[in-house]
Amino acid sequence: MDILTQQLINGLVLGSIYALVALGYTMVYGILELINFAHGEVTMFGAMICLAVIGAIVSSGAEVNGLLIVSLGLLAAMAVCGALGFLIERVAYRPLRRAPRLAALITAIGMSIVLQNAAMLIWGKQYITFPPLLPLARYDIGGAVITNLQIFIVLLSCLLMAGLLLLIRHTRLGRAMRATAQAQDIAGLMGINVNTIISITFVIGAALAAVAGVMVSAYYGLAHYFMGFMLGLKAFTAAVLGGIGNIAGAMLGGLLLGLIESFGAGYIGALTGGFLGSHYQDVFAFFVLILVLVIRPSGLLGERVVERA
Amino acid sequence: MIERWQKLRYDRRAAWAAYIALGLLLVLLPFLTGETLGRGWVRILDFTLLYIMLALGLNIVVGYAGLLDLGYIAFYAVGAYTYALLASPHFDLHLPFWALLPIGAGVAGIFGILLGAPTLRLRGDYLAIVTLGFGEIIRIFLTNLNAPVNITNGPQGINLIDPVAFGSFSFSETHTFFGITFPGIYTYYYLFLTLALLVIFVSLRLQNSRIGRAWVAIREDEVAAEAMGINTRNIKLLAFAMGASFAGISGGLFAGFQGFISPESFNLFESIIVLCMIVLGGMGNIGGVILGAVLLTVFPEALRYLGELQSFVFGRLLVDATDLRMLIFGLALVLIMIFRPAGLLPSVRRRHEFDSDASVLAQEQTSLYDTRR
Amino acid sequence: MNGPPMTKWTFRLLALTLAMTACDKKAETASGTAGGETTVKIGQISPLTGPQAHLGKDNDNGARLAIDEINAAGVLLGGKKVKFVLVSQDDIADPRTATVVAQKLVDQRVAGVIGHLNSGTSIPASKIYLDAGIPQISPSATAIAYTAQGFKTAFRVMTNDRQQGKVLGEYAVKNMGAKRIAIIDDRTAYGQGLADEVDKAVKASGGEVIAREFTTDRSTDFLAILTSIKSKMPDLVFFGGMDAQGAPMVKQLQSLGLKAKFLGGDGVQTAEFLKLAGNNAEGVTASSPGLPIDSMPGGKEFRQKFTDRFGTIQTYAPYAYDAVNVMVDAMKQADSAEPARYLAELPRIQRAGVTGNISFDEKGDIRGGAITLYQVKGGKWEVQETVMGDADPKK
Repeated sequence: MDILTQQLINGLVLGSIYALVALGYTMVYGILELINFAHGEVTMFGAMICLAVIGAIVSSGAEVNGLLIVSLGLLAAMAVCGALGFLIERVAYRPLRRAPRLAALITAIGMSIVLQNAAMLIWGKQYITFPPLLPLARYDIGGAVITNLQIFIVLLSCLLMAGLLLLIRHTRLGRAMRATAQAQDIAGLMGINVNTIISITFVIGAALAAVAGVMVSAYYGLAHYFMGFMLGLKAFTAAVLGGIGNIAGAMLGGLLLGLIESFGAGYIGALTGGFLGSHYQDVFAFFVLILVLVIRPSGLLGERVVERA
Repeated sequence: MIERWQKLRYDRRAAWAAYIALGLLLVLLPFLTGETLGRGWVRILDFTLLYIMLALGLNIVVGYAGLLDLGYIAFYAVGAYTYALLASPHFDLHLPFWALLPIGAGVAGIFGILLGAPTLRLRGDYLAIVTLGFGEIIRIFLTNLNAPVNITNGPQGINLIDPVAFGSFSFSETHTFFGITFPGIYTYYYLFLTLALLVIFVSLRLQNSRIGRAWVAIREDEVAAEAMGINTRNIKLLAFAMGASFAGISGGLFAGFQGFISPESFNLFESIIVLCMIVLGGMGNIGGVILGAVLLTVFPEALRYLGELQSFVFGRLLVDATDLRMLIFGLALVLIMIFRPAGLLPSVRRRHEFDSDASVLAQEQTSLYDTRR
Repeated sequence: MNGPPMTKWTFRLLALTLAMTACDKKAETASGTAGGETTVKIGQISPLTGPQAHLGKDNDNGARLAIDEINAAGVLLGGKKVKFVLVSQDDIADPRTATVVAQKLVDQRVAGVIGHLNSGTSIPASKIYLDAGIPQISPSATAIAYTAQGFKTAFRVMTNDRQQGKVLGEYAVKNMGAKRIAIIDDRTAYGQGLADEVDKAVKASGGEVIAREFTTDRSTDFLAILTSIKSKMPDLVFFGGMDAQGAPMVKQLQSLGLKAKFLGGDGVQTAEFLKLAGNNAEGVTASSPGLPIDSMPGGKEFRQKFTDRFGTIQTYAPYAYDAVNVMVDAMKQADSAEPARYLAELPRIQRAGVTGNISFDEKGDIRGGAITLYQVKGGKWEVQETVMGDADPKK
């Protein structure tokens, strides 16, 4: 039982990180129908910038509270990544808005390669450690262990996702975003500045990615210029699982993928009588994804695809 | 000048002369390259030909039939492993080459259908992620099927694979004909060239066949195609199978050429690069796809000279050249797509659409790989 | 498609080709005699971009330091002063690219090659070096298959998986007193190869392997597999993989409250591991092929010089450094940098390198293969004991 609880905790924490990154994919997709392949790289930039700021503060020798340093790093990361998101859209995607969709996919891949290698040039090829600034506490729940950092990650993710949902459902900006997603041209006719809305979408998505990046590096204690690739891929999978373009779907997909991976790695051996081990964790995850899509071709919460008449 | 040029295009004799010159160039290419740039570049030529075959296979799936496939490299892997398992000391099987190639193509084709069948209902980006997942699943199985029964030898890969050979004529050895020495990589070049030409020929014939037109019909409008009496299920599966079998052939040749394969050669990035080749060159257009394959294999290699170029221009090394290589590669992808969104050599159909009015363009946008609306 | 732009492009392409040719030709003439000095090129191949770039760069730095030292000391071959030049290439840890860059080094007439970093790249490239008759010394490839091909040009200054795995497995059971052992590997040729050999050795020494779990070389989250390992109550966890995974793994192991010892191979016995794992590194045991650097002649100076110039040693730089020195030693003994002549001397080389005493057996593997075990104490790797490998590693 304690193992089950533990795997549940592991999966939830992993899942809320995936969900936060998946939001960025899904928001961009909802509005532009573009898989923003560079989004994982934005997450990596978030982690790197936060670590750079932390490093600068720590090495300046100022006597500041650890939590405050991390918060400053987080804010800096969100600001820079927001700007980065804006820039990526402006440079790489806007010129291609009227072009075939695959062309935009290729620029997205190109951007991802550029960002990755730029990070390698700026911060070097080494792994970078997250300094132990945060006080660590562990709690015992019936044999399973949970740390304060894990609780914090889950809470913060939930808070941000709830905030985003409120923003989209109940504000003027949110309504404009929804309108733009539904029909760009008509939204424009209704007096919505479509370009601004798209830029804002990218900025919000990138800022959320920055939070996720900081959380990942704090949680695992390290960052590396290559970390965005796998994370981005997983988050994208999560977004599709939930129904890409759907905000609530991304959250559900993220949490679900985290749980699937965790339980997959933990129980796949027992399930298959020892034939398949934890090395098939990703196979298991993709298998669930394929199964879901075969039954529901547009994801768990995705809109039904209307066949064009 | 322009007029003269255009006149030349319709001149039959000029066309023949151009073909003969091209043919001669292709025949002499390994020697020209080997003498000027070194044999390393001949090896790059060999790989370029393999990538041309791969890209033409993917072009059938993505370019003709409009099915976005992000796990295409899996079929390349299936072809390579089929060859390796049937012609290496691993199982101590040593099948002859003429049997290996069709088997590899066939097995890859079957895998193509296996993937295609459950994904028939999916469209656009959903299809992309499922194929991506399929590609990863194949790679993970290749990495891990060394226990409980050792099939693929796991991460260690399979070594000492038999080189491609016809009877006693092994392609990996140096041969001498008419007093001219042909090292292994040269003879492989001619083999790959022959097969690449064959693949190009098949692609060309397919393009203008009933099947080819059916693929285009599905790409442009699946519902209308079905209404026109096209069996969309079979035609889609055929596209997957054909594309996969091209990759299977290419993979088999890779295994024989390389002599060693391991799962790390078949990662997601390779799938993405092959996709980049066809989109960059011009989807659906054979010439464009070939150009894309050549560019994306040669360009990263040419960028290795960045260091020399820097010292030549600035007199010293400013930034470590290797670090800049991929950065420039990524930038080039972005720039080419911004300035030529339909690819460097778009297909005739696409070019018309691009040159004509915006309404057709808008239609293009919604019809290709669309899921919403 | 009209005339003029086409020709313009053709010209540009032609110019580019010519420029490239010029570059290659320039490199070609460099191998001749210039100013009374003969230049000898030594190749170095490792991934300099991509996820393993930090390891590749480390090998490159190690080799570079050795070359510069040798040049400073001055070497006479055949009565002429020789200047060594290091030619580095990036194989991005990809087997296909490895063969291309290997062929390029052959084109540039390098006298020998230090590389590659990985087994998966060393193996396909070794065929090209064999055909060209150029000796290859890998500083870090551990797969048994690399030297098992019987190629006379393939050598390594690193123990193979079997040599190290045997020592690690026996050490876990006999010296660390572990009975219930869990084994994790990262599904790379290195991690899986080592883990399989440890598995065998543990069983042969009377220990029990209670769990085999797996991860990848890109993972950072190991909580799921560690949780299922925890339920089987192991007293030792062995990890076959690199420091970048090992460090977060140790952290997560402790945060789960799993009180088992942690044992790793040479991928874990690094300064980087100490940095990444911080306080959690305390008590971790790991092995490293060869003898402790600081006890070897010139070892301390090597560490000092390397740190001054490039920063901390990542992992395999000392082995790359030794590989270059061994290669030059053979050239000195043959009094020639001709591959065919000094290749014959390589099997007879005896060198006290910074990583230990180096000599090759008939397959090109390192003879004896001493392996040193370290434990983290007070934030430093402390030498526990050096185990002399089997005289005959085939057993």
